[in-house]
Amino acid sequence: MAQKVTSAHPLSGKQQRVSTRPATQKKRGALAVFGSLSAHMVMIITVVICLFPLVVVISTSFKLPNDVFDLKIIPSHPTLSNYQYVLSGDFLTWLGNSLKIGLMTTVVGLAFAAPAAYAMSRWQFIGKRGLLLLFLVTQMFPAMLLIVPLYILFAQLNLLDNIFGLVIAYATTAVPFSVWMLKNFFDTVPKELDEAARVDGLGPFQTFWRVVLPLTIPGVAVVGFFNFMTAWNEFMLAYTFLQSDSKLTLAVGIQRYVHDFGADWHYLTAAAVLVTIPVLIVFIWAQRYLVTGLTGGSVKG
Amino acid sequence: MAAITKEAGPASSTTQNKRERKQKIKLTLRAYLWLSPLLLCLSVIVIYPLINGLILSFTNAAQNNIAEQIGAMSYPATYKFVGLQNYVSILRGWFTPGSDDSHVLIQTIIWVIVNAIFHFLIGLGLALILNRKMRFRAVYRTLLMVPWAMPQFVAAFAWRFLYNQQGGYIDAMLQAIHLPVIDWGSDPTWALIAVIIVNIWLGIPFMTVTLLGGLQSIPAELYEAASMDGASRWQRFRSITLPMLRPIAFLVTLLDVIWTFNTFVVIFLLTGGGPFHRSDTLVSYAWEQAFQVPQRYGLGGAYGIIILLILLVFTLFYSRMLRANETVY
Repeated sequence: MAQKVTSAHPLSGKQQRVSTRPATQKKRGALAVFGSLSAHMVMIITVVICLFPLVVVISTSFKLPNDVFDLKIIPSHPTLSNYQYVLSGDFLTWLGNSLKIGLMTTVVGLAFAAPAAYAMSRWQFIGKRGLLLLFLVTQMFPAMLLIVPLYILFAQLNLLDNIFGLVIAYATTAVPFSVWMLKNFFDTVPKELDEAARVDGLGPFQTFWRVVLPLTIPGVAVVGFFNFMTAWNEFMLAYTFLQSDSKLTLAVGIQRYVHDFGADWHYLTAAAVLVTIPVLIVFIWAQRYLVTGLTGGSVKG
Repeated sequence: MAAITKEAGPASSTTQNKRERKQKIKLTLRAYLWLSPLLLCLSVIVIYPLINGLILSFTNAAQNNIAEQIGAMSYPATYKFVGLQNYVSILRGWFTPGSDDSHVLIQTIIWVIVNAIFHFLIGLGLALILNRKMRFRAVYRTLLMVPWAMPQFVAAFAWRFLYNQQGGYIDAMLQAIHLPVIDWGSDPTWALIAVIIVNIWLGIPFMTVTLLGGLQSIPAELYEAASMDGASRWQRFRSITLPMLRPIAFLVTLLDVIWTFNTFVVIFLLTGGGPFHRSDTLVSYAWEQAFQVPQRYGLGGAYGIIILLILLVFTLFYSRMLRANETVY
C-alpha cells in the first residue's frame, strides 16, 4: 500500500531520494515520519474517544449488578443474565412496536418520495425551483413547532397513544430528505434509457417502475434505511404521544430501566446493545452512499 | 403534424413555441400528479399544524381545556383567545435579568456557538488528516462514524452512565490524574458543559465526513501547480484549500447550527434541563413548558413560532452573508 502511494506521487518519498538534494531530502523524510506518527496518534485518540461510550455500554451489559461500577472494561464475572432478563420482559413488545413503526415509515416514506423524486429528476416543469425550496424549508422545520398542534389534533382524533399517528409524522419528516437523495440517485441513470423505453412503448410509470427503479435499488435501499433510522431513533414525538406500556417504542421504553432513585444500568446497557448493534452495522455500510446521495455524485465518498 | 410544421417555413418558429409550451404544460400536469401524494401529506402534517400552531399561540390552551376524546365521551375545547399575552410573557422574560427565560436564552446562544465552533474545528482538523494518504485510513474513517451511527437516546444514556456520580468512569479518570471530582448533576455550569461535550462528540462524524468529501473534490492539479510555483504548505492551505472548501463549509455549518439548535434528546435525557433549567436550551425549555405540569399548550405554540422565526431569520441572514462573501472573492 505505502509502496503504491510513494510511486504514485512524483514529489514525495522514494523518487526524491535520488534527486540532487540529498541533505534537504533527509530532513524532509524525518519530518514526514514525525508528521505521520502524530497523525496516527491524533486519529487513535479520536477513535478511542468516539468508541469509549459504546465499549463501556457493551462491557457493562455483561456485568453482574455488583460489578457495574468496578470500572473494568473486561467484566470479572461475565454473565448473560442481563440479556435473559431484558428479553423476557417488555423489551420484545417495544422491539415489535419499533420494527412495525420503522418498516411502515420506510414503505410510506418511499411511496411518497420516489415518484416525486423521479418527477424532479426527469421533467422540467413550472414551479420546480419553488418546490425544491419548500422541501429545504420543511427540512429545517422545528419539531417543537409541530408537536403542540399535532398533540392537540391527535387528542381530538383519539390518535394519541397510537402508532399510526407516529408513522405519518415520521414519514413526513423523512420525505424531504428522501426526495433530495433519490433525485440525485435517479440523476445518475442516463435519460437515453427513458427515451429508449418510451420508443419501446412504455408509459412514464412503466419506465419509472420497470427501468429506472431497478437500476437504483442500492440507492433506494439506502434511503429506505435512513427512513427506518428516523423512526427507530426518534424520541421526542414518541415520548410525548405514547402513554401505555404496550405501545412504547424502544427509544421511550428503555427509560423504564431508570427510576427516581437510580438506574438498573446492567439491564439498560443490555437493552442498549440490542438496540444499537444492528443499526450500527447497517449504518456503517450505508454512510458511504449517504455522502454521494447528498452531494449528487460531485463528491467522492 | 410534424411534417406540416416543417414545411410551413417562416411560421414554423411560432408553431414550435406553441408546441413547446403545450409540452411544458403537459409535463407540469404530469409532474404534479406524481407529486400529489407527497404534497397532500405535507399539507396535512406540516401546513395544517403550522396554521393551527399559530392560532393556538394566541390562546390559553392547556391540559384542562382542550378538546378530548376519552372512551366514548368527547369533551369540547373551552380555551380562549388571549391576544399576544404568550408572546409578551416570553419577551418580557428574555429582558428580565435572572429569570429562567433570560438564562435559557443565553444558554441557547452559548450552546449553538460553542458546538458549532468545536464541530467545525475538530471536523476540519480530522478531515485534513484523513485527506492525506495514510495507513488504516479507511479503518479510522469507519470507526469515527460510531457517534453518528448510535441512536442518540442510547448515546445520551451511555454518557449519563459515564458522568455518574457514584463512581462513574469520568470521575474515576479525574481522580486518577489528581483532579477534583466534578458535581455534574447539581452544578449549573458543569451541567451545561456536560451536555455540550456530549453534543460535540455527537457532531464530529458528520462534520469530518462532509468536509473530507469537500477536500477530496478539490482538483489535485491545483496543488501540483502551486507547488511548482513554490507555494509553501501553509500558502497552499490558505489560497487553495480554504476558498475551495468555502461553499460546502458554509452549507454544513448551516445544517449543523439548525440541528444543534433543535436538539432535544441529549439535553432531556442527560440532565433534564436541570438544575433549575440551567442546562436547558430554548427547544427543551419550550417542550417542558408545553408538556410538563401545568401543560400550557398555548405558550408552547408561541415558543414554536418564535423558534421557527429565529431559524428563518438566521438562515436568511446566513445565506445573505454567503452571497456577499462570494462577490468579494
